[in-house]
Amino acid sequence: MLQAILDGLSALSSGVLHLASNGGPNLVMLTIAGIMFYLAIAKDVEPLLLLPIAFGCFLANLPFSEVMDTGGVLKTMYDFGIGNELFPLLIFVGIGSMTDFSPLLAEPKLLLFGAAGQLGIFATLLLALFLLPFVPGIDPSQIKATAVSIASIGACDGPTVIYVSNLFAGLGRIDPAMVGALAVAAYSYMALVPIIQPPIMRLMTTEKERAVKMPTVKGTVSKTALIAFPLVVTLITGLIAPKGLPLMGMIMLGNFMKVTGAVPRLAKASENEIANIATLFLGLAIGGTMAGAQFLKMQTLLVFSLGLVAIIIDTVGGLLLGKLWYLLSGGKMNPLIGAAGISAYPMAARLVQNEGQRWNKQNFLLMHAMGANTGGQVGSVMAAAIMLSVLKGLGIIP
Amino acid sequence: MDNLDNLTFGLTMLLVGMGGTLLTLFIVTLCIRGLTSTFPPVTEETDRKE
Repeated sequence: MLQAILDGLSALSSGVLHLASNGGPNLVMLTIAGIMFYLAIAKDVEPLLLLPIAFGCFLANLPFSEVMDTGGVLKTMYDFGIGNELFPLLIFVGIGSMTDFSPLLAEPKLLLFGAAGQLGIFATLLLALFLLPFVPGIDPSQIKATAVSIASIGACDGPTVIYVSNLFAGLGRIDPAMVGALAVAAYSYMALVPIIQPPIMRLMTTEKERAVKMPTVKGTVSKTALIAFPLVVTLITGLIAPKGLPLMGMIMLGNFMKVTGAVPRLAKASENEIANIATLFLGLAIGGTMAGAQFLKMQTLLVFSLGLVAIIIDTVGGLLLGKLWYLLSGGKMNPLIGAAGISAYPMAARLVQNEGQRWNKQNFLLMHAMGANTGGQVGSVMAAAIMLSVLKGLGIIP
Repeated sequence: MDNLDNLTFGLTMLLVGMGGTLLTLFIVTLCIRGLTSTFPPVTEETDRKE
């Protein structure tokens, strides 16, 4: 009887004993989960995703947690919606239904900023390929896929990063534990755009350039053009970069439902219920991959360092095109608008507006910046689509 | 092709990837121009004429 009671008590205290004896990595991850809770709750840093990720991380790092074992609740969510890339694509349907492309259609040239804002992806890829061979613990046969996954943070778009990295994880080309680190890095830097971008804007432009007043965006856009736009973009993606068709197809499906006005219930559900449910399950499952022993590696540090570099180069790319445009237009283009050519919507556009007004109170850059920002959304997905199609052409992925 | 060395792979991705993105988005820009000129916005003046 006494022995049975002692065995029972021993079982109840085993978690505490494990954490105290060899739970170092778990303790570090629990602290990281705590920091993420703080950022999401107190600092409003991407709370929609950071909070479920942090909770998933919290659950996965408690001693003897079975949430990521076969049949465990988070593992089931992972297999159901991340292992097959379903959740990121459902979130894209929601993003499409939330996005208003009319400022872009009113000034289509702004889409080019959306291309320049993807420079970070490809430049970071080159840098990662150079650095990864020096990182201990990385299988040489996984270097290219790992570099592409890290570079995808330059898309400044969480679902794209998860889609690309999970594709490689499913093919056994990257360590599956990296998906969590990549997702957290992507969402963290998206939230930190207001801190990252303004110093680069000021560093790369003169006071005179920042004060350039832009004319009002001309006219409105017809409903027919708005309806045709998602179909045209999907068609072009399908013809040029079919490997990225699921990504672009889903974002454009969401937008198509919104602009036609024919299916308001579906558009509303995409924007709210579908996006919210997918975000919750995706966040929890990604957090579940952040178990201490797999997460705390040199490559995680590299993911976070190169992720920051990617976002910085994206901003530099957009601003460089803005400066070139400023020169070619005889000083009529405010180069700050280039910084909005990333996918962080509508945060980047608002930053450009604030920065422009800071140097010229009569300057209203918001509509131009919104055009460039939605261009950045299309650009990031297009860049990922093209990257995947080129990788297929090179035989890196089937 | 999977046995490309890292530098060749990186430069190929930079040139074809970035170039492809720029070119594709330029094509999309032209298509948007085509769309907006084919389907111009309906102004109040056009409404009155109708």
